[in-house]
Amino acid sequence: MTRIALFGGIYNNYLALEAALADARRRGVDAVHCLGDMGAFGPHPDRVFPLLRDHGVLCIQGNYDNSVGNGLGDCQCGYTDPRDNYFARISYSYTFKNTSAVNRDWLRDLPAQRRLLLGRYRVLLCHGSPRRTNEFLWESATSSAFLNYLCDTHQIDVICTTHTGIKWHRPLDNDRHFINVGVLGRPENDGTTNVWYAILSAEPNLTVEFVPVHYDFQRLAAEMREEKLPEEFVETIETGWWTTCLEILPGKERRRGRM
Amino acid sequence: MNLPLVNLTHLDDLWFQVGGTLCNLTCHHCFISCSPHNRSFGFLDLETVRRYLDESVELGVKEYYFTGGEPFLNRDMLAILDLTLKYGPATVLTNGTVLKPEWLTRLRDAERESRYSLEFRVSIDGYTAEVNDAVRGAGTFERILRGIELLVAFGFLPIITVTRVDDDADDAKLYAAFVRLLKEHGYARPRIKILPSLRIGAEATRRRGYSDGERVTGQMLDGYDQNLLVCSHARMITDRGVYVCPILIESPEAKLGATLVESLREFAIDKPACYTCWQYGAICSNVAVEAQG
Repeated sequence: MTRIALFGGIYNNYLALEAALADARRRGVDAVHCLGDMGAFGPHPDRVFPLLRDHGVLCIQGNYDNSVGNGLGDCQCGYTDPRDNYFARISYSYTFKNTSAVNRDWLRDLPAQRRLLLGRYRVLLCHGSPRRTNEFLWESATSSAFLNYLCDTHQIDVICTTHTGIKWHRPLDNDRHFINVGVLGRPENDGTTNVWYAILSAEPNLTVEFVPVHYDFQRLAAEMREEKLPEEFVETIETGWWTTCLEILPGKERRRGRM
Repeated sequence: MNLPLVNLTHLDDLWFQVGGTLCNLTCHHCFISCSPHNRSFGFLDLETVRRYLDESVELGVKEYYFTGGEPFLNRDMLAILDLTLKYGPATVLTNGTVLKPEWLTRLRDAERESRYSLEFRVSIDGYTAEVNDAVRGAGTFERILRGIELLVAFGFLPIITVTRVDDDADDAKLYAAFVRLLKEHGYARPRIKILPSLRIGAEATRRRGYSDGERVTGQMLDGYDQNLLVCSHARMITDRGVYVCPILIESPEAKLGATLVESLREFAIDKPACYTCWQYGAICSNVAVEAQG
């Protein structure tokens, strides 16, 4: 296996998922992986699962999936700000209520991590970090020394995560790599409406391509309004700027946003 | 009775008591009683910081914090932050009253050249001069606000750190009042962190110290997520050696060695201030570690 597609953070955005799957198929990949958090901000959680199954997407469990699957009281997103937690509760309560029992069981049974070989590279797929599902590893707030330590400890060459909602890639010592593959669920606070996934190739050296996904965001926004989801969530989909769940951002990432 | 022992799971945060105990202010709630005359801990120089930064790389440290006293009284402070931003993200805790435009120009450039964030945490303890100045000293409210305005003008997004100086304070109201105040002073997207006070040092005199019953016991750690405690993932460098955390530098037992490697051992959190950490979680970090279900 030398070429895979990866994404995470679907956040109920089944329209972006559909578009990303079609794009990955067109580009030709050996496998498609989802790094978790199927639910959150968007409408109709149950529309995500048939797409994942029909396309043979290999999934791991995010903090949201763990919560929904185990019937927990909150999403374990790791926010610390009261306003962020207020919106996180709305989002979680809607998703939980609208996820079928069968799909909850499926989420509950997903593995927390997955290891694979991509060419000569030992790859670890996880949601937040190899040590904690809801750990935020931001580009500007994570030293390379720490990432090298994670690779050493887990005896891997490539770590792939999602969780923060903003993609990044950093080459490390000895041809090792850290990659946040981005999310499909909402744009990444840059004023554009597209979302992102990643293609990793080892032919034989590792290359990382971040792929923009354009989808019918206006339709998603309309469906969110029909479902009476908060206007703040819809605004993010329509404008590309985060309006909630951003207190956790470090200075550099936060300065790039508008709110 | 079994001791409340906490292991260092990994050294995520490395703190530097870079300003020693010297401060231009004499806040009545300071947990290490810093003042213009307290020289019990001295400044850290650039070479000392470099030595520990180099050691920290081997240990996989994730980010760096600088505190005092007032860090910007240390003449090496700009060079220290320049250097640190080559290693990892840096946060400096300041009272905001001594900042100069030429320093911020240099630090803004240093951050732009770095892949890492430089964060400022500015302490202010009331949204009115009356409340703040009663704790931090006459005239400091206005001086702190000037400091925040200056940071914002240079494009920084300081984390405004508010100690809950009144037991009855309602956090939501406090938060809303600070948002209003900061917006009036040009900080459109304020970041605010509200902290409990630590009832040691000057604060023990201002209000009250810890009662005998306010101690963490071994039993209280049963089923408790130790990731919430700063001593499970941080250490503090001072000019007298490595301490377990930023709070306990005046406890002799909290000194764990001369090097980071020597300090990587368990610690019994049976000191009075440990009770507040146990209650509130990792209050020192920019972002608290959340318990996971």
